[in-house]
Amino acid sequence: MNKIKFSIILLGLRLLLWWQSIVHKKFKTHLAEKNFTAQIQVKDKSVGRWITFNNGNIISSSGFHKKPEVVLSFKNSDVAVTLMMPLVMAFLFKKSINQLDQINALKDFNLTLDGPDEFTLWFTQTLMKTQTNGLKHGVEVGDGVKRFTNMTNGGPVFIYVKNDKIIRITPIEFDDSDPDTWSISARGKTFKPPRKTTLAPHGMNWKSMVYSPDRLLHPMKRVDFNPSGKRNQKNRGVSGYERISWEEALDIVTNEIKRVKKEHGPGAIVNSHGSHHTWGNVGYYLSANFKFINALGMSRVHHNPDSWEGWYWGAAHHWGGSLRVGQSETYGTVEDLLKEAEMVVFWASNPEGTSGAYGSFEGTIRRKWLKELDIDIVHVDPFYNDSCQFLGGKWLPTKPTSSPALAMAIAYVWIKENLYDKDFVKNRTIGFDKWKDYILGKDDKVEKTPEWAAKETGLSAKDIRALARKWGNKKVYLAAGGWGNGHGGACRNQTGIQWARSLVCLIAMQGIGKPGVNMGNLQWGTPVDNNFYFPGYAEGGISGDLHHTAMSVELFQRMPQLPSMNTVEQSIPRLWLPEAIINGKAEGYVWDGKSIEAQFNKVTYPKPGYSPVKMLYKYGGSMFGTMPDSNRHIKMYQSENLEFVVNQSIWMEGETKYSDLILPACTNFEREDISEWAALGGYAHHGQTQLNNRVAVFQHKAIEPLGESKSDYKIFSMICERLGLSAYFTEGISEIDWVRRIFDSSDLPKIISWEEFVKKGYAVIPPNKKELRDPLSWNWYYENRKKDVPEPMPLPSDYKDEYLKGIQTQSGKIEFEASSLKRFDAEDPERPPIVKYDPAFKVNKNSKFPIMMLTPHPRFSFHTQGDAKDTFINDISDHRVRVDGYDYWVIRINSRDAEKRKIKNNDLVKVFNDQGAVICAAQVTDRIMEGSAHGYESCAKYDPLGKPGESVDRGGMLNLLTPKKSQIKKAHSMGNSTALVELELWDKKELKNIKSQQKILKAAE
Amino acid sequence: MKKWNLIIDVDNCTNCNMCTLASKDEHVGNAFPGYSAEMPKRGAEWIKIEKKERGQTPMIDIGYIPTMCQHCDDAPCMKVAKNNAITKRNDGIIIIDPEKSKGQKQIVDSCPHGSISWNEELKIPQIWFFDAHLLDKGWKEPRAVSVCATDAMKSLKVDDKEMQKIVQKEKLEILNPEYNTSPRVYYKNLFRYNKCFIGGSVAIIKNKIEDCISGANVKLCKNSQTIDELQTDDFGDFKFDKLPANSGEYEIEIEYKSIKKSIKLNLNDSLFLGNIYI
Repeated sequence: MNKIKFSIILLGLRLLLWWQSIVHKKFKTHLAEKNFTAQIQVKDKSVGRWITFNNGNIISSSGFHKKPEVVLSFKNSDVAVTLMMPLVMAFLFKKSINQLDQINALKDFNLTLDGPDEFTLWFTQTLMKTQTNGLKHGVEVGDGVKRFTNMTNGGPVFIYVKNDKIIRITPIEFDDSDPDTWSISARGKTFKPPRKTTLAPHGMNWKSMVYSPDRLLHPMKRVDFNPSGKRNQKNRGVSGYERISWEEALDIVTNEIKRVKKEHGPGAIVNSHGSHHTWGNVGYYLSANFKFINALGMSRVHHNPDSWEGWYWGAAHHWGGSLRVGQSETYGTVEDLLKEAEMVVFWASNPEGTSGAYGSFEGTIRRKWLKELDIDIVHVDPFYNDSCQFLGGKWLPTKPTSSPALAMAIAYVWIKENLYDKDFVKNRTIGFDKWKDYILGKDDKVEKTPEWAAKETGLSAKDIRALARKWGNKKVYLAAGGWGNGHGGACRNQTGIQWARSLVCLIAMQGIGKPGVNMGNLQWGTPVDNNFYFPGYAEGGISGDLHHTAMSVELFQRMPQLPSMNTVEQSIPRLWLPEAIINGKAEGYVWDGKSIEAQFNKVTYPKPGYSPVKMLYKYGGSMFGTMPDSNRHIKMYQSENLEFVVNQSIWMEGETKYSDLILPACTNFEREDISEWAALGGYAHHGQTQLNNRVAVFQHKAIEPLGESKSDYKIFSMICERLGLSAYFTEGISEIDWVRRIFDSSDLPKIISWEEFVKKGYAVIPPNKKELRDPLSWNWYYENRKKDVPEPMPLPSDYKDEYLKGIQTQSGKIEFEASSLKRFDAEDPERPPIVKYDPAFKVNKNSKFPIMMLTPHPRFSFHTQGDAKDTFINDISDHRVRVDGYDYWVIRINSRDAEKRKIKNNDLVKVFNDQGAVICAAQVTDRIMEGSAHGYESCAKYDPLGKPGESVDRGGMLNLLTPKKSQIKKAHSMGNSTALVELELWDKKELKNIKSQQKILKAAE
Repeated sequence: MKKWNLIIDVDNCTNCNMCTLASKDEHVGNAFPGYSAEMPKRGAEWIKIEKKERGQTPMIDIGYIPTMCQHCDDAPCMKVAKNNAITKRNDGIIIIDPEKSKGQKQIVDSCPHGSISWNEELKIPQIWFFDAHLLDKGWKEPRAVSVCATDAMKSLKVDDKEMQKIVQKEKLEILNPEYNTSPRVYYKNLFRYNKCFIGGSVAIIKNKIEDCISGANVKLCKNSQTIDELQTDDFGDFKFDKLPANSGEYEIEIEYKSIKKSIKLNLNDSLFLGNIYI
């Protein structure tokens, strides 16, 4: 019976292809791409049909072709009917095909596909196209303009397109069919956010990024790189590039992959990617790139917890939360703060300047409510930051890296004046007496008085005392870092671990979880519906990688896909990537949140039995701008130990030109994808609570890829095609088919049909009813109840008492003296079991480099993304300043320091220390305290005025000057957000001299 | 007749630059015949954010004001324009015709507010024209307004009488009233940009311990008249704001319990007196 069914289905398939080729012009054009014959059959050859593709025409007959290029075999007719029926019928009934059946058939070899990859992949992708042909993408708005949607790191957007050109990009205004949003009543007022999305400056910058003159439009090869001759590695960064064809580029890269694997053995290829990418669950680095890594087998660059250092390596030992990288829970905090708090202490917390990383200006309106309610505000920061400027309140400038001393003096006042929650400390914490002894100077003979802290921090003792008293007498929210619960801020400088640890001690002394006492700055913790599932990017998208992503939490069961695994276990701690390549050795500790103790695992490179790295596959972004002492990276690229470097990038920026081969990737506006705004998943579970409205987006391909650029997925699959790995990498489907799979995996089908979603482009996820809102974070802990907030962490085995009772620490309580540190190394002077203050820098009048330069996350670019490249934001005088036709990076310097050095506004200055020098435009201001300077951490440009790696840079790469030292030896933690430097007026003659020297050198060549 | 007005609240401007970026997004690469030619990609300042930093560390304040074509009802540019290059629409919006205005650089120079920008490549004067091309198609507000996350910039289409009521009620001001150009762009809390403050921190040293004095009474006097009076906050801070720059001599009188102290000063620009020990 099934034999007859199968032959009918095959006829149906033939008719489907034929019909769609008539109806859909694009499909007809697609069919003309390849000429070959595919045979579909059952293994015993009892049923079969062949299809020949010939210049766009389909010739087909039942039976068996003599010489088919592709053979698709099913074990028997039963299997064939089960798998093929939905393919043909799904189109008719608008249902998606059953992916689990397909994948199981592949895994069990009930379905096999033979033939060269160039035909097999095309054939399966073509069959799948029958499922998506005819979908309407975007909405016509008149005058030949179509409105598409997409997602940026700075928020979701509408894109208006005419004749394949982007006219405008706007935030999304909701229409009448979209659900209403939540409201909060507090202190007699009702607050409700607007019915639209917000967008960060780097999101609004995208049109100029897409059409940047620095877009890579063609594959390119370094002119003096010859894979079968001289490689001239030392010329990376110096020599130019020549355009080559995709064919040639793919030949070079695949031949090098094969050669390096065979010549050197496993581990010889390393993949390095930035911490971020262009948005989308299919195209994100944790998705397509991880699948690619696993398909090929590559050493990995093991990232440090870059924006959470102090929380992960420090705070987690006191209050657990390792699966949140040591940060606090955030549920329900917006409502509680607005209703209960009497004061908010922003401590190295600038949410207005950092847009919540992905949260755009969503929190801004909520902080405007804070202003309206006239709640007291204090800012502790060396810089009068953007949140300070917006919110007002008392600014307490502390010397960079010194604020742990302030925390200790506050604790001193609380202890002396009985201004803390003694019941909470007694019943819900352990080890307080040990820390108290330290604070009172019983163990080191130094009382941590306000006067003591005043010397360290530069504050007045009276202000410290006033702050401590005010805080101790009120219900206070502590906002640490940009998110308020950690993240960024002072956790990334050399005392970041001390800082995060001491803040945990402070909020514990005030009884965290009591109404009005918690962590937060209104950036996280809105009453959105967290029970509605959409996978966060950390859930790994299409990677199938259960090891290095958060896929196992939920997505893997919800979205059938092949698992993937990297056979190479070698990894390099990222902080020491240059040392690993240049010296052949490196070690560090892992970033792994599964338990508090996981961070004690050491990573050593090379791993026994593996090859040292010989080839670097660099993917996206420019790490030059963000990594400490970045001259090291430049030297790494010029090392002969790297036989081959390929860089897959959208733009020609700082790091791109240090490769042998450049593969041009397109932006997310030129490919299809799907995503939810601020849906991070993993270590930032429920990142959507940053939003006023949850918004999921179909990322339309708004325009065709510029030049010859291609999506990352496409580039990876072309390489895999040449290695016979295309079926494994793609599972035989295209990006839009993955988008459909992710759509089906989420709860979106409950509120919108696939067809409507593809057309309209977005869906607003309705908020919960008031009575179903999440409970308040830590309140369960304060009241000694079972944990009731909706986060699946810590893991069940980490509970000590009863499941959901207590926190992740050994005692299940907040530990002033950390059991985990006692167990690991109780004698570590850098990280003793109780937090102590150990200053990072000793600066005095005779110091060669007396200025403490702060390099926080940037305000207008998204790390390096959006900077330079002749984009709009370069016109913002707080981002770059144009002097003599060149856009210089901005360094902010205190008016008194400037006066001493005769520096005026917009003067070009040399910022330097023993590591290097950077030319910047000076902004003279009282926003930064005397003795400090301020410049953003991540510029995309590196423009050395002489030999790369050894000369003055005028691109603005301040990380040339930052310390590479890990905050503590027994961690893998960046501490580069403060560096010691000196500034002086720059003699522009230097530029003239260098330019004339360069001319002479060129002429000599 | 309802006309367009713009209200900018300096208290809510954070210099995020979304208004300037949205304008670039709208006008770079796009010409809208009858309204405007393309905006140059770099350097054009149809909307420009001016900054005023007031005071000294650690008592400072920064006021930002977005400036743009003020859409004056008595516009000097219209008087110098030849060839009917500039028109004032019935809804109050000024349009510089990109064709008719070619080569007329005198239009740029005529604006006392400095709000007209010269497109060197096309040799035309250009302004932020309220995104009239979008309003005419039914958009509710200009791009710059719609992207403002703090509502620092609001557009309002009301008749002039109604607008004057709002001006009174909300205490709105205009930039450069001395030019008598009747702008349609209004500012709220402009003092953060064009006025000064005097501030200080009152403290006491007792038994070698330094403490902030909260609740001290502080008077601001001029010509022996008390013009303002307040109490210090928890940090001992006081701040008298909205004072004109270069307004001469003032006297600060501090009274706490039985202690009195007075300070004479000359006000040029915003001034933080530092710690005042009593």
